[in-house]
Amino acid sequence: MKIVGLSGSQIGSKTRIAMTATIKAISEKYPEVETELIDLADYKMEFSDGRNYLDYEGDTGYVTKTLMEADAIVIGTPIFQASIPAALKNIFDLLPVNAFRDKVVSMLVTAGSAKHYMVADTQLKPILAYMKAQMVQTFVFVVEEDFYQKEIINHDVLLRIERLAEDTVVLTEIFTKIREEKEAEYDF
Amino acid sequence: MEKYRINPDNGLEFGIYTLGDHLPDPATGERISAQQRIQDIIEYAGLAEQAGVEFFSVGESHQEFFATQAHAVVLSAIAQATKKIKIASSSTIISTSDPVRVYENFATLDLISGGRAELVAGRASRIGLFDLLGYNVRNYEELFEEKFDLLRLINENEIVNWSGEFRAPLRNAQVLPRPVNGSLPIWRAVGGTPASAMKAGYAGVPMFMAHLGGAASTFKRTVDAYRDAARAGGHNPDELPVATAGFFYAAEDSQQALKDLYPHINEGMKRTNGGGFPKQLFAQGVDPHNIMNIGSPQQIIEKILHQHEVFGHQRYIAQIDFGGMPMDKLKRNLELIGTEIIPAIKKYTAKK
Repeated sequence: MKIVGLSGSQIGSKTRIAMTATIKAISEKYPEVETELIDLADYKMEFSDGRNYLDYEGDTGYVTKTLMEADAIVIGTPIFQASIPAALKNIFDLLPVNAFRDKVVSMLVTAGSAKHYMVADTQLKPILAYMKAQMVQTFVFVVEEDFYQKEIINHDVLLRIERLAEDTVVLTEIFTKIREEKEAEYDF
Repeated sequence: MEKYRINPDNGLEFGIYTLGDHLPDPATGERISAQQRIQDIIEYAGLAEQAGVEFFSVGESHQEFFATQAHAVVLSAIAQATKKIKIASSSTIISTSDPVRVYENFATLDLISGGRAELVAGRASRIGLFDLLGYNVRNYEELFEEKFDLLRLINENEIVNWSGEFRAPLRNAQVLPRPVNGSLPIWRAVGGTPASAMKAGYAGVPMFMAHLGGAASTFKRTVDAYRDAARAGGHNPDELPVATAGFFYAAEDSQQALKDLYPHINEGMKRTNGGGFPKQLFAQGVDPHNIMNIGSPQQIIEKILHQHEVFGHQRYIAQIDFGGMPMDKLKRNLELIGTEIIPAIKKYTAKK
């Protein structure tokens, strides 16, 4: 199983810190799971121009191919202007319409204010559903006060991250098993 | 229809197309050489002709896992190796070529083949060729529309006066040689959406509609949109042929057909498109109303006749060789096509 964490912003540190903690939680509990964290701040991404994802080169090609090869993706997003960052939306635009078919996707949201709590439900989940993701419905929501000096200080957030890691792995195992059984039934 | 060399009295035409893909056979993991693949395609066309197939076309794709980038050259070899089968492209990416050169090639092909050449112009689904051939993909639509218009202008007029954005103007330009009967059947490739079909309709150009899977009735909307647009553009839809093109595989029963074909489609699409074909969707391919023609010969006959009833189309074109399909399976399919499928289709669609 390969799980890719995607930190979906080019600026700021909260999402990256929380995503690093999430990937760490996965690899500590499930050392057999292959993990990779993609922080969009480290990559120079092109805007989607409609081509097939295989036709992008450089960082854009690397990021799209890595996401397409994952069994599960944990998306970390800050909230900018009451929505997901353009950098993250661009990732979705770069991928094919059915990109998340047979993949589990879970979410972690960081925000400056708890007033943005519904953004993932109203704006991120519909995109993931359209792209055919099997979603971990419960996401982790982290706010400014949960951090101090570039560290998560709210123990409840760390516990929630642990549960997110576990739910992502368990759901991926379940869906993979069900799919394999179903595919075996077709006998072709 | 005469302009497009189609006689409706002869019933639904049965054709075969290849994208010219060059992929490993998933059963062995081995890939034949590009030379062998091209030789096989030429042989495949000859065998198709012997089986009574009426049309054979070869695609142009400039990317990894394809071998017929120079599709007009391959078609020229096919023209020489065959006597009566119609030969065409499926499709020629007119956006990234000079229409004058393309026309010269296909008019020559028409002379070599004795009036059997046709041209299907498309926009490309993968766009790596824009970089390779020196075009900007930002002009994806404009390049196609301008060059396709010029191609049709050349087809209708031996002397051309033209100016546009993407090519030097033509002043009293004579484009030679001319095809055997003065003009070529030129089709517009359509990906299956009504919006794309309407462009072909407005221009009064025959439509070559490719499709993956789904209910035939879904694609009926595209065919209807095409004919409505043709009418709105002042053309008579009764004079405009429609061709449909998609996956085909015949075996003794549908389960065997699914078993034989699935790995080729799934692995082939992973390599060429970046995503496999879900088994659930593929299993639905044998449904009588599904547009994929997979199953026993009798099931396929019923499917094609159902599609003919739904679309009222003039030509069906089968893709059988995708994804490293070995030659012996292609030959077995041609045998079933020639002995069972074509005779039945003709019996029910040709005017006696």
